[in-house]
Amino acid sequence: MSDFETVAATENQAARRGPSGEPGAPNQIGAAHKPRSLAGDAWRDLRRSPIFWISLALVVIFTLMAVIPGVFTTNDPSDCLLSRQHAGPSGGAIFGYDFQGCDTYSRAVYGTRASLLVGALSALGTGVIALVVGMLAGYFGRWIDAVLSRVIDVVLGIPLLLAAIVLLKRVGSASPTVRITAVIFVLAILGWTTAARVVRSSVITAKEQDYVAAARMLGAGHGRIMWRHILPNSLAPAIVVLTIALGSFIAAEATLSFLGIGLKAPTISWGQDIDTGRIHMRESATPLIVPSTFLALTVLAFIMLGDAIRDAFDPKLR
Amino acid sequence: MTQSAVRPTPASPTPPGGHLLEVRDLHVEFRTHEGVARVINGVSYHLDAGETLAVLGESGSGKSVTAQAIMGILDTPPAHVRSGQILYRGRDLLTQSEEQRRQVRGKEIAMIFQDALSALNPVFPVGWQIGETLRQRQGMSKADARRRAVELMDLVKIPAAAKRLGDYPHQFSGGMRQRVMIAMALALDPKVLIADEPTTALDVTVQAQIMDLLADLRRDLDMAMILITHDLGVVAGVADRIAVMYAGRIVEHADVRSLYRSPAHPYTKGLLESIPRLDVRGQALSTIKGLPPNLMRIPSGCPFHPRCPYVQQVCVDVVPHDLVLGDGRTSACHFAQEVRDDSAR
Repeated sequence: MSDFETVAATENQAARRGPSGEPGAPNQIGAAHKPRSLAGDAWRDLRRSPIFWISLALVVIFTLMAVIPGVFTTNDPSDCLLSRQHAGPSGGAIFGYDFQGCDTYSRAVYGTRASLLVGALSALGTGVIALVVGMLAGYFGRWIDAVLSRVIDVVLGIPLLLAAIVLLKRVGSASPTVRITAVIFVLAILGWTTAARVVRSSVITAKEQDYVAAARMLGAGHGRIMWRHILPNSLAPAIVVLTIALGSFIAAEATLSFLGIGLKAPTISWGQDIDTGRIHMRESATPLIVPSTFLALTVLAFIMLGDAIRDAFDPKLR
Repeated sequence: MTQSAVRPTPASPTPPGGHLLEVRDLHVEFRTHEGVARVINGVSYHLDAGETLAVLGESGSGKSVTAQAIMGILDTPPAHVRSGQILYRGRDLLTQSEEQRRQVRGKEIAMIFQDALSALNPVFPVGWQIGETLRQRQGMSKADARRRAVELMDLVKIPAAAKRLGDYPHQFSGGMRQRVMIAMALALDPKVLIADEPTTALDVTVQAQIMDLLADLRRDLDMAMILITHDLGVVAGVADRIAVMYAGRIVEHADVRSLYRSPAHPYTKGLLESIPRLDVRGQALSTIKGLPPNLMRIPSGCPFHPRCPYVQQVCVDVVPHDLVLGDGRTSACHFAQEVRDDSAR
């Protein structure tokens, strides 16, 4: 689409007036009027939104932390000495040491990768399942909708933690990669239902719109109508649900790790650290507070970012 | 139901090779939880190349549903085509496969909608939307489609078309949006254009501009047009023939001149009398009393009988046939002759 717009922009240089300008037509923006894209409009709105900048900064920081943790701390998170148990800040360890004598801050930094990976990939998986299911159910309706909606009801009826415990117990002692994949898989197949319902209802709304009838009138097929006309118009609510889901998946991963069935050592994760921090809270609270704060900030950042982007991209709010 | 099978085609003789578009005895019903609504009850009309047929009727009379049935964009369910034929160049569209019908849409028959704002996709620029059909159906390149989109926007007289290509529907005024919609419908060079209340959502001054534009385009592009409206004033200057619909039936069918001069159905007569006139002063505006019938419980006999000033016992008991009047017009009224003579006086 972008090179289409570039061509359009070049054409504008040589633009001529139409054969007969409609006199007095309202909303005629003057000759200096430039074509604007939806992304351009959204960007103009976003640029002025402090929420957007704050959440974006946090997301960027945490993403960098996940990709290159070495930039944020020089201490090795697995360099633990019991002699430093609950010792105060020293050297690079700005928040001191935990029960095992590991650098609290360094562990929190290195824990970002697992949390973000689980959150992002679970949200992505959830999004794909939800879009496919919601689109098919909403667009085709009838028995397809009946079947898929019952499937949603059934999956929604499964308690997330209970099912995750049952499923993840079977993974047993596997390699860290298998374990992290298992956690993502479990969260995605249990967590897509709300998003699918949201997609389904917004697809049903979009399907009834005249522009869908207009596209059919011009001979567009089902695939094209779904992809070009319904999907872009029902994406906004799904994006919001998914960013919130991303935050809650990070929290869910922490919960599972906290309960000892999610990620396990040697993988470093906030959930595990919160668990150990909780046990020794009375001796030193920082090993609990630091990873908890990281977790809370990440979840908050994604939810705020999703909200800001939703507001900016929704043409109905202009 | 069967009487319409031998219905004569009014107002213009069948050209060799048949009509361009012909609807024959169409029955459509909406099956809902509350019951079955008979929305279309034996509608027949035809359209020849180069002419404009106005389909007139109030909300719920079935005029838009007939058009959607022609386009094949009825929402099924709840709508079901119970019987009838829709012949385009002699081929029955209703028996064609979905894929064959898709080929007809846009390319042969196109439609413009009442509310152009909701008929345009809000997330894409108008140039993209006009070009979409060209790229998809004619395999045009992006640049060609864009060039053609500018041409089409020029054709529908959107000022500075090339500049506005990248604008979104919400950045256009109502009249301009309707022009964009018309440009989209014209993209594949259709032979038949169905305009479903194209001016209802617009200001009066803009209405006239859009009607003029449609009339010019119809002539210049040599299309045939079905103009669906509830506004008698809109029709007068543009249409060749008028079909008046009531409760899913065509109650009167005539050329514009004779219909305005001497309506032969009490409903048409009532409609014409309820137009405010500048040259008649000091009289209460006459109205048609009552309400359009509930389509789940259409009155027996003539569906208009509860509201009709000419009503007799026969109207309650017998469904009126299409009565052929001298000048090739039809009227589905037991007293068509009397009504016409009354109105001519």
